[in-house]
Amino acid sequence: MTRKRTAPLVLLTAAALSMTACAQSERDSDGGTGASGATNVKDTFTFGAAGAPDVFDPLYATDGETFRITRQIHSGLLGIKPGTADIQPELAESWTPSEDGLSWTFKLRQGVKFSDGEPFNGQAVCDNMQRMFEQKGAGQTAAEYWGYFFGSFSDDPSGSLYKSCEAPDENTAVIDVTRTTSSFPTILSLDSFSMQSPKALKDGDANNVQAQGEGFTYPAYSKAPVGIGPYKLSKYDEANKTVTLVANENYYGEQPKTKTLVFKIIPDESTRRQELQAGSIDGYDLPNPVDWKGLEDAGNKVEVRPAFNILYLGLNPERNPKLKDLKVRQAIAYALNRDQMVKTQLPEGAKVASQFMPDTVSGYNTQLQPYAYDPEKAKSLLAEAGAEGLTLKFAFPTEVSRPYMPDPQKIHAAFTKDLEAVGIKVEQVSKPWNGGYLDDVSANGAYDMWLLGWTGDYNAADNFLGTFFSNLKSNDFHTSVMPWGKTLSEDLKKADAIVDEGERDAAYQDINKRIAEEYLPGIPVSHSPPALVTSDKVQGLVASPLTAETFDTVTVGK
Amino acid sequence: MARFIIRRLLQMVGVVFVLSLLLFFWLRSLPGGTVSAILGERATPETRAALTKALGLDEPIWVQYWKFLTRALRGEFGVSTGVLPGTDAMTIFLDRLPATIELSFLALLIAVVLAIPLGYVSARRANSPLDSGLVVVSLVGVAVPVFFLAFLLKYQLSVEHNWFPVSGRQDNIGCTRVTNFFVLDGLLTREFDCSASALKHLVLPSVALATIPFAVIYRITRASVLDVLGEDYVRTAESKGLNARVIRGRHVLRNALLPVVTTIGLQTGGLLAGAVLTEQVFNFGGIGNALAVAFQRRDYPVLEVLILAAAAIYVIINLLVDIAYAVIDPRVRTR
Repeated sequence: MTRKRTAPLVLLTAAALSMTACAQSERDSDGGTGASGATNVKDTFTFGAAGAPDVFDPLYATDGETFRITRQIHSGLLGIKPGTADIQPELAESWTPSEDGLSWTFKLRQGVKFSDGEPFNGQAVCDNMQRMFEQKGAGQTAAEYWGYFFGSFSDDPSGSLYKSCEAPDENTAVIDVTRTTSSFPTILSLDSFSMQSPKALKDGDANNVQAQGEGFTYPAYSKAPVGIGPYKLSKYDEANKTVTLVANENYYGEQPKTKTLVFKIIPDESTRRQELQAGSIDGYDLPNPVDWKGLEDAGNKVEVRPAFNILYLGLNPERNPKLKDLKVRQAIAYALNRDQMVKTQLPEGAKVASQFMPDTVSGYNTQLQPYAYDPEKAKSLLAEAGAEGLTLKFAFPTEVSRPYMPDPQKIHAAFTKDLEAVGIKVEQVSKPWNGGYLDDVSANGAYDMWLLGWTGDYNAADNFLGTFFSNLKSNDFHTSVMPWGKTLSEDLKKADAIVDEGERDAAYQDINKRIAEEYLPGIPVSHSPPALVTSDKVQGLVASPLTAETFDTVTVGK
Repeated sequence: MARFIIRRLLQMVGVVFVLSLLLFFWLRSLPGGTVSAILGERATPETRAALTKALGLDEPIWVQYWKFLTRALRGEFGVSTGVLPGTDAMTIFLDRLPATIELSFLALLIAVVLAIPLGYVSARRANSPLDSGLVVVSLVGVAVPVFFLAFLLKYQLSVEHNWFPVSGRQDNIGCTRVTNFFVLDGLLTREFDCSASALKHLVLPSVALATIPFAVIYRITRASVLDVLGEDYVRTAESKGLNARVIRGRHVLRNALLPVVTTIGLQTGGLLAGAVLTEQVFNFGGIGNALAVAFQRRDYPVLEVLILAAAAIYVIINLLVDIAYAVIDPRVRTR
């Protein structure tokens, strides 16, 4: 009986083995077909993505993994100069403001078509602007970037930056805005405001976002986007977690060097590293800084992007009134050994911050120096302020790693030690990033001091300083309880409205100086360069400080 | 029998209902939530309030639950906010389930096919070197955590030697999807390379996942066969000169298999838990993988559907075990 039982087992094993052998041969033959072109480059670039894309209509997208894909299939009026945070012409060849800065004339590139063959012209620009402006209901919530950067929608135009759009001829679009701001037209370079085919938007019922239960449903269009980009969407294989893009033959520019672009979704960082080692992907984003050296030693290329972020220690003077005293805040700044922390905890190329924005942003004040590490001075300042024995509830997030903060817990531990060395008592708190940390920082104001940061969206001081301190009524730093809170908020708004670039930069430099020396609403800590890694066979990838790489220039050697 | 099955199915409805209640309140009592997960650093009090309202999360929790329940009875389980935004949570479950079934089925097959014969052989040759060796192997199987073994296998066989794929379910070779059982789909569409690729991706995860059920089934088989071998009826059968084959088949194996069947059933349920970890290590797009993403992004509808459906499956499997038990052991039926 036992012998009889084992017979099928043997058969099964044999079958399984032969299947495996079969798979091996298939894979080899697959590799072989790629060689038919007789070139020494592969026709596919495979990138390990950390998360799945949410939608392919960038208007409703909010996260980096989604934008990484939409960026390959869409373009905006303005683009980003590769390797920098600066804008450059893209679908618009030039733009000029009216004298009052409220009306902008965009001269459009000619002979441009959407990937469905529809022409791109002035009317298409206006159709797109109006489409974004006229979002209704759930669409308004889903179009988060429009709400954030343009203020409001057509049903409440009072708060809107956008006013109207006109297309006097095929190659011109005139966009009117309600106020001058340094952000416009720069924000038109953001992926969310890409130009999409008006016909496809209409046919795919693109605005039909509905709230259902606790989520939103998206229309068919969001799975079949039609834009202008070197690639177009071929297939999102949800079951196998891969997104495949192919060259867009209607693209006005040069055809992509590699015809097919595959995004393989691999949430776990160590699995991405192993896939790269095994050669099944050609690159991935955000390698853990502790792996950089190992990856390079294994023959890979670590492309370090210029830092375009800030890590800071937030302070809440409303919760802990002792923090209202500038001396106490300065004492904290002097107590922290930021040099040491940057050297030991952050990747190579990271810098101690002297102000709340990196030097890649215009308006950066080169005169400012970071507060030096000086525990004695910290102690004497605390004594002067009568704040000996100060206790701070100091929080850090868990279950998260941000480009500006690879390991929050270790940074927190280093700073705690520094603070305790000058006699400040630290009450340590932590919460998961999505598990209450952000709520406690922003909505609840539950900590005296906390670790947080920001990665810029585009090159404008307002995108950093404005985000932190412009909104007097509610900002994380609770500047409303400080005597200078209102001044700072107003000055930021004034600076943002200055049309002349030189004048505007000077205004921001002055504000940066005052923030660092007179206000110190928080302690700027560091700017940390994020990286991406590719195998040594990959050529032509230009790392972007905005993490806005386009892959059409990439070639993969065999 | 029919009455028994109906009663058990009704019990299942009760279990799922109570669980849904607990789950709903537990998820929402956790700090943070969907809104923070979606907005991240960009959250302002205004956007936070708008999104909370749009998602209906500002209403009293009882109202939310009532809405959830009435929707669920209509077959609408809500749409995902994080795993695959805009997609019905039930659709996500059904799309992901085949991956987990494929993985669990193959793991269980490996475990059963190896464990029962080996357990039987071990018992027949109790205390021989072979037996002792197998017992040690099975102990290791239970003792080593699944994810650790999975990681080890992956590192040695995929990363170091490139014999197997590191992660995923299939190479990106343009396969047609029919049922989302990738192996089956390849056979149905005659894209045999797709089946082969899927099988190749299945080997390591299923071997890793098979270790625990293998060890348990092996040990139960061994113990059970040993027990039966000492029974009076076996000795009687032997002494009356029955054919050894008949003794082994009808008297020993059949009786010894009763506890084994139960064990296999219970292990099937346990496989779900193991699959969550294995899928994570191998980035295998099944239920466990979706569950992890859903939790990280606080995707309530998907979490609710996945957990409730997994519970229902667990109950159904237990029911099937009971039925199988009744089929093998007539005494159960008469009770």
